[in-house]
Amino acid sequence: MKKSEKINGYGERFGLIIAFFIMIITISFLSDRFLTLPNILNILRQSSINGIIAVGMTMVILTAGIDLSVGSILGLTAVITADLLHSGIPVFLAILLGLLLGFCIGFVNGLLITKFKIPPFIATLGMMTLARGLAFTYTQGKPITGLNESFRVIGTGMIGSIPLPVIIAALVFFLGYLFLKRSRHGENIYALGNNETAAEFSGIPVKRYISLVYALSGFLSALAGMILIGRLDSAQPIIGQGYEFDAIAAVVVGGTSFTGGHGSVWGTLIGVLIIAVINNGLNLLDVSSFYEQVVKGVVIAIALLLHRLAQKKN
Amino acid sequence: MKKNLSFLLILLLVISTVSFAGGNKEESDGLTLGLSLSTLNNPFFVTLKEGAEAKAAELGAKLIIVDSQDDPSKEATNIEDLIQKGVDALLINPTDADAIVPSIKKANAAGIPVFTIDRGAAGGDVVSHIASDNVAGGKMAAEYMVELLGGKGNVVELEGIAGTSAARDRGKGFNSVVSGNSGLSVVARQTANFNRAEGLSVFENILQAQSEISAVFAHNDEMILGAVQAAEAAGRTGIIFIGFDAVDDAVNAVKSGKLAATVAQQPAEIGSLGVDAAVKSLSGGSVESSIPVPLALVTK
Repeated sequence: MKKSEKINGYGERFGLIIAFFIMIITISFLSDRFLTLPNILNILRQSSINGIIAVGMTMVILTAGIDLSVGSILGLTAVITADLLHSGIPVFLAILLGLLLGFCIGFVNGLLITKFKIPPFIATLGMMTLARGLAFTYTQGKPITGLNESFRVIGTGMIGSIPLPVIIAALVFFLGYLFLKRSRHGENIYALGNNETAAEFSGIPVKRYISLVYALSGFLSALAGMILIGRLDSAQPIIGQGYEFDAIAAVVVGGTSFTGGHGSVWGTLIGVLIIAVINNGLNLLDVSSFYEQVVKGVVIAIALLLHRLAQKKN
Repeated sequence: MKKNLSFLLILLLVISTVSFAGGNKEESDGLTLGLSLSTLNNPFFVTLKEGAEAKAAELGAKLIIVDSQDDPSKEATNIEDLIQKGVDALLINPTDADAIVPSIKKANAAGIPVFTIDRGAAGGDVVSHIASDNVAGGKMAAEYMVELLGGKGNVVELEGIAGTSAARDRGKGFNSVVSGNSGLSVVARQTANFNRAEGLSVFENILQAQSEISAVFAHNDEMILGAVQAAEAAGRTGIIFIGFDAVDDAVNAVKSGKLAATVAQQPAEIGSLGVDAAVKSLSGGSVESSIPVPLALVTK
């Protein structure tokens, strides 16, 4: 059974991979700059931020939940981390506190959902507004600019010729994979996503797992935020606004089901890359801003359609 | 005993009411202005607010500030509250030129004079509109770019949110100069939605597509500051960056030489002139129906 499931999962993603390759080939015909090493690294670096958030989002959606607060958590933790750096505390401590804050806010989401039975959509929608509001009050609407150079390495550093954010994102994907597919915890998360009541009866601590995935989602949002402000050398209270849509789009394009229990981080990775490639392609080809969103919507729709067709054949 | 206590309570109540009433009377001596801002999520409007506050303090007027958070329905209730409070004049920075019209008409009906700030309104009676001329600002940026480039080079335009009046007007001003200059060619014209993180990623992509870029103009500072980071990370030097708005970060970047220039709308001045116009008009003076706030080019 395990084996057939695996093949099925691969087959499902097959359509998506085909769509991705068609996209790459098309753009490479239209722009000779597209398939160059610097541009590939550029695309990977740009996808790292959405990628890291999307791994957390994948786990959340696997439990049949949703996290609308990721962009706001990113924003709040980013401005607080930037402010901590300005206060002169050691860099590793600022990073640690920022990540911890992201984890805690996510955990509060989890508590609202498990203890107070608030639907994930509503609970995280509330947190989205609250965290963004706090980011604005905390900064009084002004950006915090000029960050510690040794902190900025997290966003601007290179190991060999590979940007550090790409390495961090790759690590997050790999750990996400190990956690979901190679540990008992992952199995439990899939099980509770498939059928929460059944999982509860079989003795899985459902509430604890749900709190955990939201906390991880918050943690990863904070991590993504640090890379982003490292790159920008500045944290604006508005930073990360709308990132929830990109993350959710990547997860869903990547074949993870909204009803939970079905999907993987590798599908999400393809979803993240598709979105980054669309954005990159539109800029390379200098598509007018009026058509940009139309093109984006059509491309995503076509990718999903191919995905569905491949799924049916399987 | 009980009777005594209740008598005492009533006495206290009466005293407190009387003293509160006295307090109210004292406050109403000065002018009270209501200022409705489209958003305080943008440093520009925070600075505008501070300019208005400073002027109000100087003129001895009381200023009640409300934030619409870019939400027209919130704006409508905020303004209704201000009308209820009986402010002497309303300074409105609308979230939307059309959506604001019913609110302005309500204020008109209540006999409260209305002044629009930074963004105009499509209807209703407005005493005066206080704003800077974005088209002139775009032109100013382009002219400076032409001067720095000696009239030759590949230029990039980072546009604001498609369809907003700021993006339209700044682009119009910029392009009116650039298109008339045969030495300049616009090699990329992309939107980065007034956002710094998008300015970074969009310009990164443009850098990949264009090996020769001499200058970049962005419709606001947030985008140009993102673009500066992109060029720095890619090790591309010698590009002239010009922004718009002169927010603190951009002014600092001009000082450190990272930005060539930024067009200063003067938000503090807009807020200040708005309050000034309202007070002047309330105390019987006449004000122009349109008050252009001077723009300035901030260079090193």
